[in-house]
Formats: sequence, C-alpha cells, structure tokens
Amino acid sequence: MAVTNQLGIDPDKYKWGFHDPEKYVYKSRKGLDREIVEMISSMKNEPEWMRAYRLHSLEHFQQRPMPVWGANLAQIDFNDIYYYLKPTEKKERSWDEVPENIKNTFEKLGIPEAERKFLAGAGAQYESESVYHNLKEEWEKLGVIFLDTDSALREHPDIVREYFGTVVPPEDNKLAALNSAVWSGGSFVYVPAGVHVDIPLQAYFRINAQNMGQFERTLIICEPGSYVHYVEGCTAPIYTTDSLHSAVVEIIVKEGARCRYTTIQNWSTNTYNLVTKRAVAYRDATMEWIDGNLGSKITMKYPSVYMVEPGAKAEILSVAFAGRGQHQDPGGKVIHAAPHTQSVIVSKSIAKDGGRAGYRGLVKIYSGANGSKSAVRCDALILDDQSRSDTYPTMEIDEQDVSITHEATVSKVSDEQLFYLMSRGVKADEAMNMIVRGFVEPIVKELPLEYAVELNRLIALEMEGSVG
Amino acid sequence: MADLEIKDLTVQVEDKVILKGANLTLSKGEVHALMGPNGSGKSTLANVLMGNPFYQVVKGEVLYKGQDLLAMSPDERARRGLFIAFQYPVSIPGVTMSSFLRTAVSARRGYDKELMPVGEFQKLLKQKMDELKIEPAIVSRYVNEGFSGGEKKRAEILQMAMLEPEIAIMDETDSGLDIDSVKVVSDGVNRMLERAKGTMGILLITHYSRILHFIKPSYVHVMFDGRFVVSGGPDLAEELEQSGYEGIKAQFEVIAAEVQAEGAVRRAGKVFWVEH
Ligand SMILES: Nc1ncnc2c1ncn2[C@@H]1O[C@H](COP(=O)(O)OP(=O)(O)O)[C@@H](O)[C@H]1O
Ligand SMILES: [Mg+2]
Repeated sequence: MAVTNQLGIDPDKYKWGFHDPEKYVYKSRKGLDREIVEMISSMKNEPEWMRAYRLHSLEHFQQRPMPVWGANLAQIDFNDIYYYLKPTEKKERSWDEVPENIKNTFEKLGIPEAERKFLAGAGAQYESESVYHNLKEEWEKLGVIFLDTDSALREHPDIVREYFGTVVPPEDNKLAALNSAVWSGGSFVYVPAGVHVDIPLQAYFRINAQNMGQFERTLIICEPGSYVHYVEGCTAPIYTTDSLHSAVVEIIVKEGARCRYTTIQNWSTNTYNLVTKRAVAYRDATMEWIDGNLGSKITMKYPSVYMVEPGAKAEILSVAFAGRGQHQDPGGKVIHAAPHTQSVIVSKSIAKDGGRAGYRGLVKIYSGANGSKSAVRCDALILDDQSRSDTYPTMEIDEQDVSITHEATVSKVSDEQLFYLMSRGVKADEAMNMIVRGFVEPIVKELPLEYAVELNRLIALEMEGSVG
Repeated sequence: MADLEIKDLTVQVEDKVILKGANLTLSKGEVHALMGPNGSGKSTLANVLMGNPFYQVVKGEVLYKGQDLLAMSPDERARRGLFIAFQYPVSIPGVTMSSFLRTAVSARRGYDKELMPVGEFQKLLKQKMDELKIEPAIVSRYVNEGFSGGEKKRAEILQMAMLEPEIAIMDETDSGLDIDSVKVVSDGVNRMLERAKGTMGILLITHYSRILHFIKPSYVHVMFDGRFVVSGGPDLAEELEQSGYEGIKAQFEVIAAEVQAEGAVRRAGKVFWVEH
C-alpha cells in the first residue's frame, strides 16, 4: 500500500533505495584542494569576498585536526569525495520547467499530482544545488526572501555578506571550516520586521550521487518582531559506500522575533551526518530547534542557541533513533549570556539492534545572567540488550541566581506494558511500535502534521522485525 | 463442554508456588464470582489466563473452547474473545486512549492491515462512553497516565464494552470505586450481558460482596491459598459477608489437617479440597 504525504516519501520504496542515472552537466574530480575551491567559486560566479572566504576556510580545515571527543570519524576519507556537482545549467522557477528526470525522481518518491501544488511553495534541493525554487506570491508581497543560498548571494549580496559566517565562523570547528570552503545550496530566509509567515517554509532535498558530499549552507534572518517556521526533511537512497553530509545552519533572531526550525532527517545508513546548527537570540527573542534524526551511520548534531540579550528564550527538542551499526550522538547547547534568559532541552533517544543513541549537551550560564532558567530532560529507551545509550550532560554555571533542572531517564520497554497492549489483541510488534511512538510523542506533537505522520512511519519502518 | 476449563492449574513466580492446583469451569452466559482474601491468588489466576509472561505454569491445563489456551499468545487470546479488566492497569505514556482503543477494536474485529474506519469507530466509542457515563475527554488522554483509581477502573470497563469479549475476567473492578460508580459500572456490565444474549461469560473477582448486589452471579467460588476451597450459589456470598473469611479459614484448616493425616480427597459441607 503506497501511502505518501507532502514530503512524498514512500517507505516501501525507500526501503530498497533507488537512484537516477547520474546525468550531471559538470562533475568535479574527487578530493579537495585550492584548485577545487577556486573552481567551485568561479563556476558559481561568486564575488571576490566569498572566494577569499572559501580559501581562508580551506586553510583552516586543512590545519585543524579531526575532533576526537565524540563519535568515531576516523573512517571518513576527505579525498574520496566529490565536492561539487551541478545538475542543470539554469535555475528552475516553476514546476513546468523542472527537467523530466528530476520530475521522475519526485515521482519515484511518490509525490502525487495533487501535492505538487504544495511543493510549489517549497525550495527543494536536488543534488548540490537547488533546481526547483518557487516562492509563494504572498511571501514575496510581504518582503520575505526565500531562496537557495547561491541565488541569495547573487540577488541579495549585501544581506548575505552582512550575516554570512557571523554565527558559525569557519574557525568554529573542522567541519564548519569544510562547509565554509565548499558549501553549495542550502536555504536563505529573510523575514522583515513584524512579518509573521503563517505557512511553514519547507525545503526538501536528498543526496543522489554516490560518494557525494553535501554541504549546504542555510542562513535565516528574523528581523525584530517577526515569526517564521522553517522545515527541512530529507531522505537519502541506500548506497554501499560512505557518504558525507556536513551542513551549516546560521540563524539570527532579533528582538521579539521567534524562529522555529524543524528537521526530520533520515539518511541512508552509510552517511556521516555532521552538522553545525546555531542561532543567536536577541532581546525577548525565541529560538526553537526541533530535530528528528533517523538513519545515517553517525550523526553528530548539537543545535545551539546563544541568548545574548535579556529575555531571550531557547527550546531544543530532539529525537534520535539508532539501529544496527548506527551511532546517533545528538544533543543541544544553550548559552545564557544575559539576564532572565530561559532554555528548555528535551531529548528522546531510542536504540535497538546494537545501535547507540544518546545525548550530549551543554548548559552554560555566564556570570551576570541572573534570573535565568534552564530545564534539561533526556530520556533514553533501549529496546534490547545489545543496544546502548550514553548521556553526556555538561553544565557550566557561573551565576548564583539561576534555576536549573536536569532529569535523565534510561528505560527498557517493560514487559508489563507489552502485555497490557497484547491483552487487548495488539500483536507484539505493533505493541512495541505503540510504546516507541508514545515515547517520542512529546516531540512528534510539536511537528506539522505531515511531518508527524512521516516520523511515525519512519519509526515504524525502523521497528520492523524488532520483535521475534 | 464448558467454554473455559481450568484443570489442576499450578503456577509459580520465581520460586514461590502461588496457584496450587486450581480447577474451574465456566461457560458463556454464566457469571461466576471469585472471592477470597488478599494474596490468595485471584489476580494470579486472572493474569495466567490472559498469558502474562511473568507467571510460570508448572502443571495443569486450560482449555478455551476446547483448545489449549496456554499455548496461545496474549494477543491471540484477546482476539479470540478473552478479556481481563486489570486490577492494576499500567500506563502507556504518549499513546492516546482513542488510538489505543481503535487499534484494539480493529484487532478484535479481524482488521488485519488497516484499522476500522474512523467514523464507525467514533460512533461506537461515543455510544459506549455515554452508556458508561465516561467523560469524553478521557479518550484524548494517554492510556491510564495520571488517571485516578476510579478513572482507571472505568477505562478498563470501557475497553471491555468496546471489545465485546466472550469470556471476561473482571479483577476487583469495584475496589476503589464509590457506590455510585459501582452502580454505573454494574449497569454497564448488565447491559453487556443482556445484549450478548448468552454469548458472554464473566469471572467476577471481588474482595467484597458489594458489587454482587448489582451484578448477580450464578456461582460463587472462594479461593484460599491458591486453591478453590468453596463453591456455591449466590447465598454463599451473603454468608461470607456475615462471617468474613475467618469462618472459611477455620474450616479450611480443619480439612487441610485431615487430608494431611489421611491423604484423601475430602468433602465437608460446602467445603471441599482435592489433594494433588
Ligand atoms: N508479581 C508478583 N511478584 C511477586 N509475588 C507476587 C506477584 N504477584 C503475586 N504475587 C504473590 O502471589 C500471591 C497471590 O497474589 P495475588 O494473585 O495478587 O492475590 P489476590 O489477587 O488474591 O490478592 C501473593 O502472595 C503475592 O505476594
Ligand atoms: Mg488481586
């Protein structure tokens, strides 16, 4: 039974993986050096400052050692990756202009005719670059800019230059440096002061070429008093060799504005998903990260919020599911650098079939951030004896006048719960499913409906065959 | 042949023998009350009948409609019409009552891949909730999560009404309910019995005879230390109400001593005990 949703993911098909014949106008050679970076920049006709920025970042990337404090990344071979691909020569603006083979891919993903209209409001990244980008007219009227970042650099160079790299500088970490050197695609969102964008902005993208790194760069700017909900969901076909995804997301939430960023990621199980996501929240601003991580070989992702002015708020909700051979290392960081700032972190992780899932987090409260509050709750559910959960909560509190709570639970699915559900006629595997769905429900209920459905379906898929 | 035949059922938890050879037959259309002091093994019996993996059956058999009940998984037992209203229902965080009920009713009604149509389900649910005077808000709450004692008991009976079992075990559904609630629940159960027209049987486990004024049993059994020690008609419940379990206990001890001495199967008045 092929059930799809607006994301268009048909899990039955996904399970087997599929890919289009690779038909790229340009395909770079593997590996990374000055020449490749120069070439990327010139292919994109970028301004000089961006070229220099990329080269500077490359230098930093080359000097910086691999991080060793987290998951094992030793198997990544940076020389065995294509850093840039360009699927078509020109940008597509409307559905009719989208090339046939790309339509076919959407077709394969099971997006029915009726839902294409919905898609028309979204920017979808296909391969390294967006080919399909259509702005809803209402948003344009409101002055909202929603483009792929390459186009934004061409069309709004001043805004991009003002903010690019200000939240996540290349020096931040090795993978941020890598992204800064070779980034391509990603979304650029600009919401003018006081504008509330009612419909979530959605980006949909997937990796296709084997061994192709994907390095999208997302930049969101919320002017004072504005509101936006940005949603990204992505899925990758199953391949046999390792694939690297290393994105950078930078968000600026100005006074009284609110930004919600929702991600549901389901990478194929050979993907390294190493993402730097960070937001800065100013006076009375609110930043919310909602992050669902399934699939991938290793995911390291710690969305963070720097609360730099009084009254700023942060909320980070994350779900991670690790199956066989997978290591999910998600978490969150909240930095209280001003008085009366508030943060909430809720993390739910599930491990099965020998997978590892956990939580790695930081709560930092600077001296002088009086009256601040932070609440952290991380729950782990372990489905069998081979799987494990690790929790690394770090607290750095340099202020007395604060309120902090931290709760952590690790549980197994209880036989009593399974028996209760089964005593009502529910089969063992479905009973296990229900318990797991219930476990993540506090986060699922925060998602837009189609993503909630999506996440539940993906979890059901991951759960298949978990009960003997 | 009775629909439920329990023969010489011996059950232990870890090293402790709890049921010591229980025998009972029950058929659709009958209401059996099972009474007995705390710790005598009533809930153990109920759980074993439903297939709780915590309890080990070491001896004996149970036939359900002539088939080996103990060989079936709990979900299969439920789909075939066995039901238990638990004394201590567990909570399932994050799963709403309505989605749980829809999944359960669909399973019971033989939907395999998809669920029962939502409209039909809602109609059924509303009808049953009205009959049991249950607050509609309960179905959007998580299963038993934060329910009061009374809410849990009513939710169990709602599940019973929705699943339309053939044999239902009610484990101390009345304890923890005020008298008005006992009446509402009893009315609900009597309505189920009426509608079922002889196709439903009940094993009504209770500590007190109170609920038996509302749901009239045809048989009353008393369990003591893992065995059925007394069986009789409705008047046995009245008798117990007067004398408490102490009277039974005294008789039981006399007979137990005799059996110990003579190694025989004994019967005295209404009290019997078969040695195994
Ligand atoms: N889960 C359990 N773990 C340990 N002992 C148990 C458990 N369930 C029941 N028992 C023991 O079995 C005996 C019978 O208990 P139970 O069946 O609950 O009796 P009743 O329902 O008649 O009060 C008691 O001694 C009780 O302590
Ligand atoms: Mg009991």
